[in-house]
Amino acid sequence: MKHFLTLLSHEVRMLLVNPATYIAAMLFLVFMGFIFTGILDSYSKTPQDTSPAIVFFQFFWFPVVFMVPLLTMKCLADERRAGTLETLFTTPVTTAEVVLGKYGAAYLFYLALWGSTGGLFYILRRFSGDARFIDTGPLIGGYLFIAVSGLLFVAIGVLASALTRNQTVAAILCFVALVLLIGGVNYLSGVGWLERDFLHHLKEAVDYARVLAHRDDFTRGVVDARQLLFYLSGTVLALIFSILGVEAKLLHS
Amino acid sequence: MPESPPAIEVSHLVKTYAGVTAVNDISFTVARGEIIGFLGPNGAGKSTTMRILTGYLPATSGSVRICEVPVATQPDEVKRKIGYMPENNPLPEDMRVSEYLYFRGRLKEIRRRLLGPRIDEVLEVCDLKRVRHRIIGQLSKGFRQRVGIAEAILAEPPVIIMDEPTIGLDPHQILIVRDLIASLRGRMTVLISSHILPEIEMTCDRVLIINQGRVVAQGTPADLRREILGRSTYQLEVAGDVAVLPAALAGIEPSLRVTAQGEPNGDGFRALTLTTERSDELGEPLLRALLAHNLRVRALSRAHPTLEDVFLAATRRSWDAVAAPKPAAKMPNAE
Repeated sequence: MKHFLTLLSHEVRMLLVNPATYIAAMLFLVFMGFIFTGILDSYSKTPQDTSPAIVFFQFFWFPVVFMVPLLTMKCLADERRAGTLETLFTTPVTTAEVVLGKYGAAYLFYLALWGSTGGLFYILRRFSGDARFIDTGPLIGGYLFIAVSGLLFVAIGVLASALTRNQTVAAILCFVALVLLIGGVNYLSGVGWLERDFLHHLKEAVDYARVLAHRDDFTRGVVDARQLLFYLSGTVLALIFSILGVEAKLLHS
Repeated sequence: MPESPPAIEVSHLVKTYAGVTAVNDISFTVARGEIIGFLGPNGAGKSTTMRILTGYLPATSGSVRICEVPVATQPDEVKRKIGYMPENNPLPEDMRVSEYLYFRGRLKEIRRRLLGPRIDEVLEVCDLKRVRHRIIGQLSKGFRQRVGIAEAILAEPPVIIMDEPTIGLDPHQILIVRDLIASLRGRMTVLISSHILPEIEMTCDRVLIINQGRVVAQGTPADLRREILGRSTYQLEVAGDVAVLPAALAGIEPSLRVTAQGEPNGDGFRALTLTTERSDELGEPLLRALLAHNLRVRALSRAHPTLEDVFLAATRRSWDAVAAPKPAAKMPNAE
């Protein structure tokens, strides 16, 4: 792992010098700003039971399914297409170091994007002068959920990028995987035919993997070790498959 | 050369891709400090062999040792001993030249303290000082190619492998790259592949020609000429009765014969091509014999076969008889 930091700092640097990074960050912030002002707008019209932070994090899936593919599609697919992956692997680096370096940079960027939305809450606090709007509990829970679930989402993106040399294909793969994971599982847990007795194991599994339920727990302040394990094991699995994917492509290139 | 172990040792290397044999039982050795040219038509297996040497691709069977380190079991150790410039020289478009070299230097485990001076040194050697702060994507082809070479020699590896380093360069840039490669002679072992044959002939100590995944010839360019072509060619322009020629030629050297004969032009001169198996100079006796037979001669020259002729002959021969025993087997080797 002695090249990990070299690779990570290289990847972060590449993100920082790339104009596309700033365009993506700006679009993300504009979009999150719209959601946030929409929430505030509805709060100003009618009183609500829940804190704005909880409602804000309910929309987390929307930026995730669009931003994560855009963020990760480039990382391995583009290098393979350009041939720079070949020069990279003729230095004494391991596949794991390369994949982890790229994953680390993408994850840090993902965190930075979400971290920047903290500014919205700061502005609200600053100009409303009302501490009630800032409900620290759900806020911390929400950001913790973003950080933990982001591990898995970004890993899925890296895996999609490891499987193809075409960025568009990688982005579509990642988008579909995330929609299935977030929306598909949520849909499955609501369908009637899973309620049958002999399917109850499947039903349990589906409930266990419900990302939207995890979000609700986190924002309510419930941090369940099983849920942490779900994201951590999923991340490790996706990264292992990414490493294997890159190596398999080398063997058959 | 025999006392020091070879820098590159390849024996019975085979690589198949999905049933297609790209490299078929290649064996060769390269001595330390030697510059060797790797020739072959497109698809002959050059790039595949080079990739296996660098440890990037695993071989199907056979063994490769770089400075006595086997590639198959210790790829990391081998990667520390090799500077590699792949075909088409892929470079990251959005980095500056010095940034790229710094990044590569760190990956190649050059210590931070030594890296700065070393980068200055390779920039100087490759004449890249002017562009060190330019973004690679905006550089011209010649500069990009030199960035690739600078990267390959950065860590001062004992073995350098370059896949077509002079492709797409103008003659002036080729000259610079050639001098650059020649300056490595003795210090580093260099394996270069190229399609530009005069280029190879000028820089390389030894040439290895492969075709269809097999070594079809190897040796110094002079050896190969003798080995592959095995004859000398004379070109002349004569006027007069050419019917007397065979008899005249037989008087000089039995193996001398006319292989091509042109039609007489307006002045009555025709072009002739003669070949002989003798390798020494026959120009003077030939001229005397022709004049003695009342033939008028206005041009006589001995054709020097280029490496191109050798290359074409060697690859054609291997296409003619793929299954035939390799002519390279009896060539004197580096040992």
